[in-house]
Amino acid sequence: MSPDRVAAMYELLEQVTGYIYPNEIEVHWGILVVVYPYVTGVVAGAFILASLVKVFNIKEVQPTYRLALLTALAFLLVAPLPLLLHLGRPERFYEIILTPNPSSAMAMFGFVYAWYLMGILLLEIWFEYRRDLVVMARRERPPLSWIYRALSLYSTDLSEAALAFDRKAIKVITIIGIPSAFLLHGYVGFIFGSVKANPWWASVLMPIEFLMSAIVSGIALVIFLYMVLWGLRRQPIDMACLDKITSYLFYAVIVDFAVEALDFIHRLYQSEESVKILGKLITHKLFMSLFVLQILLGMIIPLGILVLAKLRKLGDDLRKVIYFTAAILIQVGIFSMRWNVVIGGQLFSKSFRGLMAYKMEVMGIEGLITALGALVLPFIVLIVLIRLLPTTRLGEVESPTA
Amino acid sequence: MNKREFLKGLILFFPAGGILRAIAEEAAAKETTAKATDKKASGSAESKGYDPADHYYGMGIEIDKCIGCNRCVEACKVENNVPDLPFFFRTWVERYVIKWDGEVLVEDISIKDRKSKASAQEDRDVVRSFFVPKLCNHCANPPCVQVCPVGATFSTKDGVVLVDSKRCVGCRYCIQACPYGARYLHPVTRTADKCTFCYHRVVKGLLPACAEVCPTRARIFGDLKSKASRLMRFTRMNKIHVLKPALNSEPKVYYAQLDGEVR
Repeated sequence: MSPDRVAAMYELLEQVTGYIYPNEIEVHWGILVVVYPYVTGVVAGAFILASLVKVFNIKEVQPTYRLALLTALAFLLVAPLPLLLHLGRPERFYEIILTPNPSSAMAMFGFVYAWYLMGILLLEIWFEYRRDLVVMARRERPPLSWIYRALSLYSTDLSEAALAFDRKAIKVITIIGIPSAFLLHGYVGFIFGSVKANPWWASVLMPIEFLMSAIVSGIALVIFLYMVLWGLRRQPIDMACLDKITSYLFYAVIVDFAVEALDFIHRLYQSEESVKILGKLITHKLFMSLFVLQILLGMIIPLGILVLAKLRKLGDDLRKVIYFTAAILIQVGIFSMRWNVVIGGQLFSKSFRGLMAYKMEVMGIEGLITALGALVLPFIVLIVLIRLLPTTRLGEVESPTA
Repeated sequence: MNKREFLKGLILFFPAGGILRAIAEEAAAKETTAKATDKKASGSAESKGYDPADHYYGMGIEIDKCIGCNRCVEACKVENNVPDLPFFFRTWVERYVIKWDGEVLVEDISIKDRKSKASAQEDRDVVRSFFVPKLCNHCANPPCVQVCPVGATFSTKDGVVLVDSKRCVGCRYCIQACPYGARYLHPVTRTADKCTFCYHRVVKGLLPACAEVCPTRARIFGDLKSKASRLMRFTRMNKIHVLKPALNSEPKVYYAQLDGEVR
């Protein structure tokens, strides 16, 4: 063990208040485990947004359909990375797939992930893009045409019957995909919610909270990306689309807020053995990240300005500014929520008698730089995906009226 | 059990066989490694007649007998190569001081050069005070085993919860799931580590190191399957209680004279 690490632990020991079990000094799930549910949340949320178009026939949202799918894919591809890097023995990761323990929620990760990636997302994207891939394979020159031909899995059929089949397939996949997206993120919530030893985590509402916050963060991120991308391309932003998505965002934030408030009030009212230490936790350790960042900046202010934008019938430009601000604030709020759950749950002793401290590493493999890398990487993947796969159907001129 | 094993057992039953067995044990002991989780160790123990199905281990702790001398903690660290730092313990001893105004001061007296918060208490302020040795509870319904994604942590037939350090991926879900703080990530192996009831000693008929060195016999290790064991006698003679029973983890470390303030 490195002397630095030992010194850091002695430093943490100094910051303990009250009594903790001696083995509890280390925060075992650090910033990388905060990043993981954030990234998977975006996947689930973006997919739900995309499914609005196909299953619920909400035509206004069509301009963001492909962007949402590609966002989901980019984030899903990166999702296992923070998990892998936080392992003590990352070189043994494959054991989770080779010899999974059926009673472990975490062991299901490989299956849920593989199902969602290959059974849902890649399949839907392939059917959505098949026609365009065939067209582009013919139009482009090598080597790009080879890539497109390979991506289209060497299909060439552009007959009306084939295209109709594509549409039908997309619809079926989306219908299966919605519960799968719920599973993907509800399952992440279950990993925490099922830990009975930890009263901050153990809640039957945890999967629902994770799910709702996932929908919120996914929709908000697609709004953000839509506005940035279309701005960069100097294409007009479809205000009908934006108004519609932000309405969904608004409702999702309300439900998310309601579920989390219910959980909070329920704990307070039940006032179980752990209530005192949890009270100390949120006032001493999580005040900034819970009350200021998550609730005020991440929920109340975005809700307020969204209401303002809707009720006062503000002009297009002002609405855009408000929507953009709300989308960013919501990201901050959802990231704080992940932080408060993951880190917050490890800052109090299971003896319910003391609080610990978390000192984030900066350079280490489980440190800040790695976490930032894992947060930036999906955007880089997304840029590559968008370069390859157009976000609007080929041959369709985008009409801002919709 | 086949005929051969039965006859072997019959021979070993006689005193002459006992001597032979002792010699055989000595011989076998040299071959085994000190690692409790090593499959070879338990394998060779089984081959010489140790059948895990015949035992079910637990520990009794008599709180009034603990004098807080910490010898158990030191013995454990030496016996099991636990890093000699105040952040890693397979067992530790807590001191409780309960004052007239209801304040409860708890301290881990196993942490060396700690700044004591409770030692300067005036006697007249104190209602009661006692030591509580803590260790893995080797739960019959262990939350750590339930959550381990790769099955690296498991319950043995003889009721001991172990970690296979060659399989553990270091995800630390078990550390999160343990309600008693009994697990830590070993800084060298980067895998989960915890009390094994000194399994490497127990399969040879020895006591766990902590129970062996305890000068007041506050720790009573024994077999719940044997009515004649010291542990069963302990549970007959005392009112016993376990830690955090509401979590239904069914601990097998039984405390006598356990105070309600202990968590």
